[in-house]
Amino acid sequence: MKAETRAQIEALFERYPAKRGALLPAIYLAQAEKGFVDADATRELARLFELAPVEVYEVLSFYNMFYTEPQGRHHVYVCTNVPCSLRGARSLLRGLEAYLGVHAGETTKDGRVTLGHEECLGSCGTAPVLRIDGEYHEDVDFSDARRLVDGLK
Amino acid sequence: MQKEPYVKNYLSEHYGSDSYRTLEGYEDAGGFAGIKKALSLAPEEVTEAVKASGLRGRGGAGFATGLKWSFMPKTSDRMKVIVVNGDESEPGSFKDRMIMERGPFQILEGILIGAWAMGARRTFVYVRGEYKEPIRALEAAVAEMGAKKYLGKACFGKKGFEHDIVIHSGAGAYICGEETGLLESLEGKKGQPRKKPPFPAEYGAFGLPTTVNNVETFAHVPFILEKGVEWFRARGTAKSPGTTLFGVSGHVERPGLFELPLGTPLREILGLAGGMRGGRRLKGVMPGGLSMPVLPPSELDVGMAEELLAPKGSHLGTGGVMVMDETTCMVRVACVTSYFFRDESCGQCTQCREGTGWVHKLCERIEQGRGTAADLALLDDIPSLMEGQTICAFADAAAWPIQGLLKHFRADFEAHIHEKKCPFSESFEL
Repeated sequence: MKAETRAQIEALFERYPAKRGALLPAIYLAQAEKGFVDADATRELARLFELAPVEVYEVLSFYNMFYTEPQGRHHVYVCTNVPCSLRGARSLLRGLEAYLGVHAGETTKDGRVTLGHEECLGSCGTAPVLRIDGEYHEDVDFSDARRLVDGLK
Repeated sequence: MQKEPYVKNYLSEHYGSDSYRTLEGYEDAGGFAGIKKALSLAPEEVTEAVKASGLRGRGGAGFATGLKWSFMPKTSDRMKVIVVNGDESEPGSFKDRMIMERGPFQILEGILIGAWAMGARRTFVYVRGEYKEPIRALEAAVAEMGAKKYLGKACFGKKGFEHDIVIHSGAGAYICGEETGLLESLEGKKGQPRKKPPFPAEYGAFGLPTTVNNVETFAHVPFILEKGVEWFRARGTAKSPGTTLFGVSGHVERPGLFELPLGTPLREILGLAGGMRGGRRLKGVMPGGLSMPVLPPSELDVGMAEELLAPKGSHLGTGGVMVMDETTCMVRVACVTSYFFRDESCGQCTQCREGTGWVHKLCERIEQGRGTAADLALLDDIPSLMEGQTICAFADAAAWPIQGLLKHFRADFEAHIHEKKCPFSESFEL
């Protein structure tokens, strides 16, 4: 872990009545370095928070937005819950799977895109929705989705 | 940013304006009149006003807000804390996102009114991690209020009134919308709900006395203080006063948000949403998010308030109205629904962890044409063994939609079993 990341994490402690409250924001900071949290970073977080590594790991593994394995350079998620499914999200996901040659949950061979599906993103009035590298793209059809994916380097 | 609501009322009146998201624009539009009024009153008078207004929590359970505030210990040597639930994750619900993006100062003003009433020193606003734009809007709003000395020591120049607000990002887990799951998560742990009692007012975030309210609940509070209890009660029903942002999704011409008084008939809301897409016929409506039982078309005249929906076998929940037309295969709806609850169960209680898995497997088997009459009997049985048996209400939320689908659309399930395939060729793809 970079010294700078460590300093950012330590600066978070005072915002919470107990240091551990800063663990989720700290994991985001650690994850930003490589796109996932490896065993070394897990141990470093454990040391900073005075926890056992497994206590950090159980938090890492509980939340969908934390990754313990290498990810593609870009994340493309399709919401497939009921409101999006009613408006064609699953056809859209099947289309993207075929276009990228991967199943949901996999990364393209060139490491460019990790494709996934997600539960409700709160965009039900503008369904279907894609979440690409954290940003929402709402009310999209397959040609919009393909154009967005083509723009990822 | 989400498109603004189609129908506006007091809450969303200025949601079309970009300047309303800045402190100056909010003040120009009359913002902060509520906190100024509150600070001219004694804290207990503020709680009494919120009690008298009849405001009910907008996060799904509909608990009386003023009553909840009164549970906070009056005297305590421990710091008192407010936690704001912005973890909106209920499928079909997208109103809190709108309020955070377009009316962040309403929420912060409501928090300060609550802080004055309850003597709270710090607030944590827990926003689901996927909501980047709402987090940006709230962080910018907190920074502006801090710079203007509306937060920190002597907020709004009131000596002895100290308050700080921390915006905290979740990390993707539906269960963190459950208030004690949220508290665990805020403490840097897995979001597994706590047994109650002790209730949060006694032992909440970090073991401190805590009140948890939904973001929309706080957004209504400034209006109650500024315009008065009678003004507020003139909207909505006697038991459910005020408006809410109904979110309409699915097979309508014009999905989106509609701010309307509680108690507005479901039929009127669907009309405002442009009616059924492509002129098709309605098959069913989930009126309050995915956790609430579906209603058949014969119930469209029901008013959208908890006391009116409950006798019809459903609930208001978060006011997320999901509309399904005649092409919809209700077994597929059950598959998507049960997958979601299986995926999001925190795994703590056996009835929920095992039950959600069984329900999902049974739904899939029936959808794929491999189901039997015995499977349908099991599907009748398992949800009833889950509800009311667990630490939190998640198992109920997983059981109710399945029970509702079986009650009103049993023929769909039976047709799959008899024909040994899905007979709904025009339904949405699974």
